[in-house]
Amino acid sequence: MAIRVSLTFFFLFISLNLSSALYEDQVGLMDWHHKYIGKVKQAVFHTQKAGRKRVIVSTEENVIASLDLRRGEIFWRHVLARNDVIDAIDITLGKYVITLSSEGSVVRAWNLPDGQMIWESFLQGSTPSKSFLSIPVNLKIDKDNIIIVFGQGCLYAISSIDGEVLWTKQFTSESLEIQQVFQPVDSDIIYAIGFVGSLKFVSYQINANSGEVIKQSDATFPGGFSGDLAYVSSDTLVALDSTRSILVSLTLQDGDISLHQTHVSDLVEGLFGISSILPSKHTDMFSVKSSSVTVFIRVTGGGNLEVLEKVSQPSAVSDSLAILEGQQAFALVQLHDNKVHLTVKFDNDWSSDLIKERIEIDQQRGLVQKVFINSYIRTDKSYGFRALIVMEDHSLLLLQQGEIVWSREDGLASIIDTSTSELPFAKEGVSVAKVEHNLFEWLKGHVLKLKGTLMLASPDDIVAIQGMRLKNSEKTKMTRDHNGFRKLLIVLTRAGKLYALHTGDGRVVWSVLLPSLRRSDACESPSGLNLYQWQVPHHHAMDENPSVLIVGRCGHGPDAPGVLSFVDSYTGKELSSSSLTHSIAQVIPLPFTDSTEQRLHLLIDAGNRAFLYPRTPEAIDIFEKERPNMYWYSIDDKKNIIKGYALQHNCIEASDSYCFNTKEVWSIIFPTESEKIIACATRKSNEVVHTQAKVVADHDLMYKYISKNLLFTATVAPKAAGEVGSVTPEESWLVVYLIDSITGRILHRVTHHGSQGPVHAVFSENWVVYHYFNLRAHRYEMSVIEIYDQSRADNKDVWKLILGKHNLTAPVSSYSRPEVVVKSQSYFFTHSLKTMAATSTAKGITSKQLLIGTIGDQVLALDKRFVDPRRSLNPTQAEKEEGILPLTDALPIIPQSYISHSIQVEGLRHIITVPAKLESTSLVFAYGVDLFFTRIAPSRTYDSLTEDFSYALLLLTIIGLVAAIFVTWVLSEKKDLRDKWR
Amino acid sequence: MARRTRTNCDHRLHSLVFLISCLLFIFSYSFAFQSDELLQDDEEFGIEGGRTTQSSLDLDYVNPIRTSSTPTVKKRSSLSSDHDSDSKVYFVLEHAFGDSDFVPAGTFSARLKTWNHGGQSLTKLRFSREALTELEKEKFQQLLKDDDFYRIRLPSNVLSPPGKDYVISSVKSRCLSRDSLDEHFVIYTEGVNILGVNYGSPGVCPYPRPLRLPKKWAFNSYTILKSSEQAPRAPAFTEDILNGDTVEGEMVNPPERSFWAKYWMYLIPLGLIVMNAITQAMNLPEEQAAGQPASQTQQTAAVRRR
Repeated sequence: MAIRVSLTFFFLFISLNLSSALYEDQVGLMDWHHKYIGKVKQAVFHTQKAGRKRVIVSTEENVIASLDLRRGEIFWRHVLARNDVIDAIDITLGKYVITLSSEGSVVRAWNLPDGQMIWESFLQGSTPSKSFLSIPVNLKIDKDNIIIVFGQGCLYAISSIDGEVLWTKQFTSESLEIQQVFQPVDSDIIYAIGFVGSLKFVSYQINANSGEVIKQSDATFPGGFSGDLAYVSSDTLVALDSTRSILVSLTLQDGDISLHQTHVSDLVEGLFGISSILPSKHTDMFSVKSSSVTVFIRVTGGGNLEVLEKVSQPSAVSDSLAILEGQQAFALVQLHDNKVHLTVKFDNDWSSDLIKERIEIDQQRGLVQKVFINSYIRTDKSYGFRALIVMEDHSLLLLQQGEIVWSREDGLASIIDTSTSELPFAKEGVSVAKVEHNLFEWLKGHVLKLKGTLMLASPDDIVAIQGMRLKNSEKTKMTRDHNGFRKLLIVLTRAGKLYALHTGDGRVVWSVLLPSLRRSDACESPSGLNLYQWQVPHHHAMDENPSVLIVGRCGHGPDAPGVLSFVDSYTGKELSSSSLTHSIAQVIPLPFTDSTEQRLHLLIDAGNRAFLYPRTPEAIDIFEKERPNMYWYSIDDKKNIIKGYALQHNCIEASDSYCFNTKEVWSIIFPTESEKIIACATRKSNEVVHTQAKVVADHDLMYKYISKNLLFTATVAPKAAGEVGSVTPEESWLVVYLIDSITGRILHRVTHHGSQGPVHAVFSENWVVYHYFNLRAHRYEMSVIEIYDQSRADNKDVWKLILGKHNLTAPVSSYSRPEVVVKSQSYFFTHSLKTMAATSTAKGITSKQLLIGTIGDQVLALDKRFVDPRRSLNPTQAEKEEGILPLTDALPIIPQSYISHSIQVEGLRHIITVPAKLESTSLVFAYGVDLFFTRIAPSRTYDSLTEDFSYALLLLTIIGLVAAIFVTWVLSEKKDLRDKWR
Repeated sequence: MARRTRTNCDHRLHSLVFLISCLLFIFSYSFAFQSDELLQDDEEFGIEGGRTTQSSLDLDYVNPIRTSSTPTVKKRSSLSSDHDSDSKVYFVLEHAFGDSDFVPAGTFSARLKTWNHGGQSLTKLRFSREALTELEKEKFQQLLKDDDFYRIRLPSNVLSPPGKDYVISSVKSRCLSRDSLDEHFVIYTEGVNILGVNYGSPGVCPYPRPLRLPKKWAFNSYTILKSSEQAPRAPAFTEDILNGDTVEGEMVNPPERSFWAKYWMYLIPLGLIVMNAITQAMNLPEEQAAGQPASQTQQTAAVRRR
């Protein structure tokens, strides 16, 4: 009995000691964290006399960041909320960064050196409109620089010191869109110009101190304006008419407006339409873009236009930058023959170039999309220029003196989908010399480690040991390892670029800008959708490379034709690509592979037809055998219908033997007046479950209901679909369903009254955990549903098993009436969260952890045992032995169980887990704006030695023991001899 | 364990039924006599006449539906003592063989209950299926041969005018075929809406489905109506802990297990040791009496054991 009691205590001890935190010196050993900012929208340089030269950027991922101009590192950054889109940034007073966001309704000032927020001001407006931010250079009210903001149909003047709104000017005309604000030199009058509707052009002269309108003038152009406007000089503007074939120059003189129109075809031969006037600001000139060419046009007196140059290569133009008195320069960047041609010219002197540089650039970066320039004074007192360029793959490069000073792979901030690939096997004949070369190092390292273990190491040694551990070459090798920790993470980004990241340190192994996902004449706006493992060679793993399938869409909307691309996972070469005639609504990887180990995929189009890939007769043969047993479902969250389909014979209309019609076999219709689908979850298709049986207390047995076809769906009252707190508890409810996706059977349905979304759910094995908000308790809750199979519950008798009278080997059919038992329980949970995932291991033996992406962008590991529906207030002795914890109303958050320790994965969107070969370990990759990778062992690494295990100590001990044996043996021999002589 | 949960469920069902009947009692106009019978047995609230007349009535109502081939809904207040809040609704089950069009196959009747807070719900589901015609039998036979789908559908809203959506369900036809055609409906409702219907055979239908023609071409139907279930509340503590503790303290007394159940893991090795010792002890005297051929085998065994 005593043994049992002590065993119980032992188990309890183990079970309570759940956290598996890191020590401080273990940070960075198996995790890495990369910081990104996303595609740069706008950049403002700050180089005045500052010791640390920096550039402030705002990005499409809603990040505002300060970057080091010398190395490209981030000084500070802030990720704004997803609905708080940054419209414009600027610098004022030389120390504040001003941002305008949320369609011109929020203005914030950030301290330039450290990024702390100085002030924030909310602008109340009436009508949504375009917005802009303007900081006039020398406009002051009481020594205070003012910021002019147009947003929500009003013009505001804001103090740059404390963000106070000095005056507001609401324009009476409702459809007024102010396009520009400018200030003539040395005057207190500012000009605000814009369009009313599409016909009328308006100019206001406003007193900068009070906001009073001094003079208003307008002009009507019967052809109508398209809305594009270029500010050319203090009295001239150029607008584009609504047919986009006439350029209208508007001259303001003493408040009067005179119009002068020029046909584009008169300016440039063969050019009939202009797509837009480029928004870059220059003096006395502007540039327009048509489908293929960029044209630079000078405005001479009287509104006459004169073509300066036609550029036919894809190019980008920067704003003009004032460098000398009355001298302004701008940069023109063109891409030609894998080289970036950077030209800097004066605005008023087209013929000469200030700088003309050619810089070799990686072909996989695509075209130049944006350029920002900055000037500096060279050592010989002449002007030098540096240019920040944004490429098609969203990367950011700094060019200076004909070189790329630094580059940032900021495309990785917008990952759409990920996949993993094993690394190649280590080829035989790895050079022995390398090992020998390292032998001394190896010994030295182990001696150092030994010193560390025996606490003999000096501080220098400790630093050396730490450095050695972090730089461990083992983890960054390009070959497969025994434990399966080294893999390639293949990620697809929104720019259509595919990257392979090494799990050891997160470096980019290869990257490819997919040609099929680039804009072309055939496909105006392609977008990537998903990434699938196409071919994973097992039999020919030594001489064949795995490949991935990238599914894209050519255009917006579900009807757009699809694009497929196949890429080699080791080299990053695009093996083939095809533009499809049908659309892609859904991709279903099938559990079959052909003789070349290509996985069969079904592509469902918008018309519910299924297309089989690869298109080979062999694939058809494999597919035809299984076709009667194949089903799929679609979820329409607009109509609130879930439909299930079976596959039928070949399409009748199309003579395509790889096309199959589908037939609707079931449907579930949620009443639109009371329910709205907000979340769905399914099991991962590659999840492994070790055993179906679960031994519960009293040596009883339960069988998990393990079906790959279960679908979890959550619906809420339509009123409650909005933000938390927008409804009263009485009129909101959350209904969750477990649905068999083959037959459409509802296996379980339960209503949570007074609860609302957002719902995050994770489905694994036979359980689903979901997170929602309880309005009655004013708290977030997590519920768990576990589903058990009763049809196998009778197989408990040993004799039945021995005599074979059991149904354990009988095939399971969805058409049998399910006999299931559902257990559920709810717990309060403190955090609101962004995403949720569950760990997955190679064989499914190791216990599971929930990985929770918290609202603070951290990753929290929560043991599944905390969300066990069988927890009770006073667990019996037997239940305690089983590891059931006493019931609590809230789930504990143990600070040590943040697997992201002190790191924030900014803008966290998704967490994926990949099993390692080692059963105890699971690889975790979390991505958003940042990337974070680590590996976790939910039940500790019970199947391997830790990395800092001292082999040298073990060796020494063995040697010592052997020596001791010899010594004692010799001694005893001698003693024997002596005894015998006696 | 499993049995315990099942009985729990039964308990809950019973209490639910009881609750509903209580509510019925309250809402219905108080007459001299109110039945406390279970709701499954709805003769008490039925239309005039017995079961046979009722089914013929149902068919009468089905026939006009058939000509229009749309699921019309008939509402009529019952003639008996019922309160206004109760009315009867009918909706049509339609079926299709493989890819054919849907045709009416039977009628569900249910009692529509209007709660005083405005909600409506369906109770007391009854079903009458029409017999298969010869043509339909042939079609069904063909289905069985092809192992194709037998599909059914129900209107998604029992009150709405025809033309609205249908919830569809289907089953491989061979799953239905037993001695007769056995079918099982579980209809999930939310108010007057039908969310979905689980349709299939009442028992198992293991995968290699052999072709088996039914002896009797008649449907044997089981129907269940399910409405939403409340989720268990998150454990609300504070007072519950106190209550729970006292209750637990009294209640939880795990049944005393037998001596053998408790200590078998010690008794078996002990028994083995004892037996081993006994055999050794028996062998020892025999070894001393060496040379006896009869004990040869035993001796070797003893040696081996040692």
